[in-house]
Amino acid sequence: MAGGIADAGAGTGAGIYRGRAGWLILPSWLVIGFFLLLPVIMMLVYSFLTKEFRGGVIWEFSLAAYDRFFFDRGLFGDEAPVIEWTYITIFWRSLWQAGLATLLCLVIGFPTAWFIATRVPRHRTVWLLLITVPYWVNLLIRTVSMKFLIRDSGPLNEFLLWLGVIAEPVHLINTNLAVQLGLFYSYLPFMVLPVYASAERYNFALSEAAADLYAGRWTTLRLIILPVVRPGIIAGSILVFVPSLGAFLAPDLLGGAKTFMIGSLIEEQFKGNAGNWPFGAAVSMILLTIVMMLLLLYARTQTRREAR
Amino acid sequence: MGKTSGKIIDLRRFPGFLPLTLLCLVMLYAPLLVVMVYSFNDNSSITLWSGFSLRWYDDVFFGLEAPKFKQAALNSLTIAFAAATCATAIAVSAAVAMLRARNLRGRTASFALINLPLMVPEIVTAVASLIFFSAIGFTAGYLTILVAHIVFCIPFAYLPIAARMQSIEDTCEQAAMDLYATPAEAFRLILLPLMLPGIFSGYLLAFIISLDDFLITNFVKGAGIETLPTAIFGSVKQGIKPNIMAISTLLLLVSVGFVTLSYLASRMGQNPKTQINNDKKL
Amino acid sequence: MKTPLTSTALKAAVAAIALTGFSGLAQAEGKLSIYHWFEYIPQELLDSFSREYDVEVTMDTFDSNEALLASLKAGKLGSYDVAVPGDYMVEIMAGEGMLDSFKSSELSNFSNIQPQWLEVSFDPGRKSSIPYQWGSTSFAVNRDKYQGDINTTDILFNPPAELSGRINVLDTPGELLTLASIHLGIPQCSSDREQLKALNNLVQGAKKHWASFGSDTAKDVLVSGDVDVGMIWSGFSAKARAEGANVEYAYPKQGYIVWMDNVVLLKDAPNRANALKFMNFLLEPENAAAVTNYAAYTAGVSGTEPFLTDEVRNSPESNPPAKPVGVFVQACPQEVQELYDAIWTNLKK
Repeated sequence: MAGGIADAGAGTGAGIYRGRAGWLILPSWLVIGFFLLLPVIMMLVYSFLTKEFRGGVIWEFSLAAYDRFFFDRGLFGDEAPVIEWTYITIFWRSLWQAGLATLLCLVIGFPTAWFIATRVPRHRTVWLLLITVPYWVNLLIRTVSMKFLIRDSGPLNEFLLWLGVIAEPVHLINTNLAVQLGLFYSYLPFMVLPVYASAERYNFALSEAAADLYAGRWTTLRLIILPVVRPGIIAGSILVFVPSLGAFLAPDLLGGAKTFMIGSLIEEQFKGNAGNWPFGAAVSMILLTIVMMLLLLYARTQTRREAR
Repeated sequence: MGKTSGKIIDLRRFPGFLPLTLLCLVMLYAPLLVVMVYSFNDNSSITLWSGFSLRWYDDVFFGLEAPKFKQAALNSLTIAFAAATCATAIAVSAAVAMLRARNLRGRTASFALINLPLMVPEIVTAVASLIFFSAIGFTAGYLTILVAHIVFCIPFAYLPIAARMQSIEDTCEQAAMDLYATPAEAFRLILLPLMLPGIFSGYLLAFIISLDDFLITNFVKGAGIETLPTAIFGSVKQGIKPNIMAISTLLLLVSVGFVTLSYLASRMGQNPKTQINNDKKL
Repeated sequence: MKTPLTSTALKAAVAAIALTGFSGLAQAEGKLSIYHWFEYIPQELLDSFSREYDVEVTMDTFDSNEALLASLKAGKLGSYDVAVPGDYMVEIMAGEGMLDSFKSSELSNFSNIQPQWLEVSFDPGRKSSIPYQWGSTSFAVNRDKYQGDINTTDILFNPPAELSGRINVLDTPGELLTLASIHLGIPQCSSDREQLKALNNLVQGAKKHWASFGSDTAKDVLVSGDVDVGMIWSGFSAKARAEGANVEYAYPKQGYIVWMDNVVLLKDAPNRANALKFMNFLLEPENAAAVTNYAAYTAGVSGTEPFLTDEVRNSPESNPPAKPVGVFVQACPQEVQELYDAIWTNLKK
């Protein structure tokens, strides 16, 4: 390809790969398109079908699944429809949980990633691998161990009691805080690794320049470093937020399973007693729509930035 | 190193970041410490210590269920390696297309597609995949697991790689093009080395995601095929059994082994001179 | 950056893909594919069957009756030879056309089935299933923490002050709502509005006394002391006591639940002959006793007494009193089931 002149205007694309882009993106379309997109479209169709008793679907069009989500017709289904707040509350609750977990991961994950990125180059891999070593052990085991750690009679409480920090065991298990900890614990490397990938690229000449202009450490962090590492932070946030939304392990095991989260609600429809596949599909589609809107919002801001 | 009014400040350091990192590591390893310590416990309780014993390790290697666990562990590791590799390759190619090609059509749609596996709740992917695979006659077995894993690993590999690529300006590649490099050469010699930390991060993420997956694997796997999560799932939900603790400790040792190997490999691959230069370049 | 690692990883991946070609090569004389609950059959028994009949046995597990149904419906039917559903699930599966039938003459040990388990409502005459184990569902109380009368369902639904917030209930709507119905004295699968409203109010009111919902963790939370009262299956309770919890299993005067798990022959079983051999094998008193000793429930096969361990034979969980009488959970028809599902969703929202 002869084109070596940078194209003026939008995108970081240099025209180097002009004409190849289609081929490069093809594998993704083939693999995900066939093995996931088709099944998901199938689920979308399912959400508009009638539920078969005890699981499965009957090929008859019905809006019952979506109706059930949005409208409350009373316990016996014969009262006048009012807005059904149950599921909206479940969504809201899960969004909060996921948001807090993401924040927690950010607060702890960003410094960690920065720290690793500023180590001697040959040590960085070691640090990164150290972060991921615990994740070779199955998530369920780690969550159950965490449960063991924080229960009333567990080592954490014993340690705090021994330190004299508290007088009585802190009741952590079956609380929201426990769920937060569980989610944070499950998804931490999903924040650290992308932030690291971005941070490692940071050019310290910028910091030097800022210092020459009398900027303090924290100002530099806020005004120079963070914008540069932004792509990593956003990537990490997506990777923590979205799975947390659909998580059910941490909420169930650490939170006592007393309330439905989106994940457990959907699971109940497919694996549980309810056997209401169209409803499960409908809830998933609604979740998918919300998440997709958030992601596309992000994608739009990206393209607009690059079009500068 | 920067200078301000004669004082030398290390611009990389932020107070409080080291303690936070250490806190992070402590929080990550603490639950595992419990598992490791009690895997040497003489009885099966997780609360009473009754003496040091290797009996659970004996059970893992020579007990009744040893062949099952060994095969499961092998399956898990091979699937994770294969899935992470394929997913990373696909992700790299997608990232180059999305971030370097100007006139890619349907860019937003592609972005949504690449992240689709991340957005769909696991149970839905699991059930939908099972139904779909049965419908198209894709017999459940090892391959169904592998395919499903590759699919959901892609976004996990893609996002760190894309994040990394966004910080790399294409000026170097343009310079290469001006020097008559082909696109393939520009990619291989300029972009790829710069992207390596992102690729490495993506690969690691994809690997641990695949190793850990239970729900999707459970639904799409063939009868009789186990991966480690599916083989031990029941054992853990009811309270971790001691032989599972032994398996976990072994896995930890294997992964620490990898860490050590990579550290040694990095030391060997470095010329002492370039090492000093590299260290200075911070 | 770390090129050596990346290339090592690539080489390993290639090797892995090559290995996959070899992983499926080991063949055996005959095969058997079982779909079972977790930890419900000792490995030694499977190995002994495997040796005796020269059959390679593989076993997948599920964690609830409903999960079993869901995965068979979604496409796993045809991969397994036998499964082990609970009583009401046998009826449901039969209704879905998932079961194959056999003649009693095909099982030489058919006569070992205890007479009371022969004509059961979910499979009269035993055409597609054989008894596996039966037990009860009630609750266990930590005697160190509470010394009062425990033989009443009030402990779960209207607990004394010192037990409030110290209760775990099973996360299965079928059993929890049935127990609640027993507590209220209303029939199962009722569609009477007043009764259902009362049921709804009862569980809503009782929820604040409950610390958690958990089925797999039911034993663990009692042993660790997280809760003092746990709704639990009989064998699980016996195991909890064996692990050190000072629990007593209750037989509430209002009634409690009994259940029976059964081995069923699945439709489109790939190894039907081996499946029947396995079912026959399980009807041997010695083998049924092995399962009983392992799971701490009770077999539906006669002649197992001499083979039982003392602990299991004499445990209170295996020896329910003559009164009160336990009841089976019933499978409700569709319209009624939806009402109970609504109550459950209401409870958990």
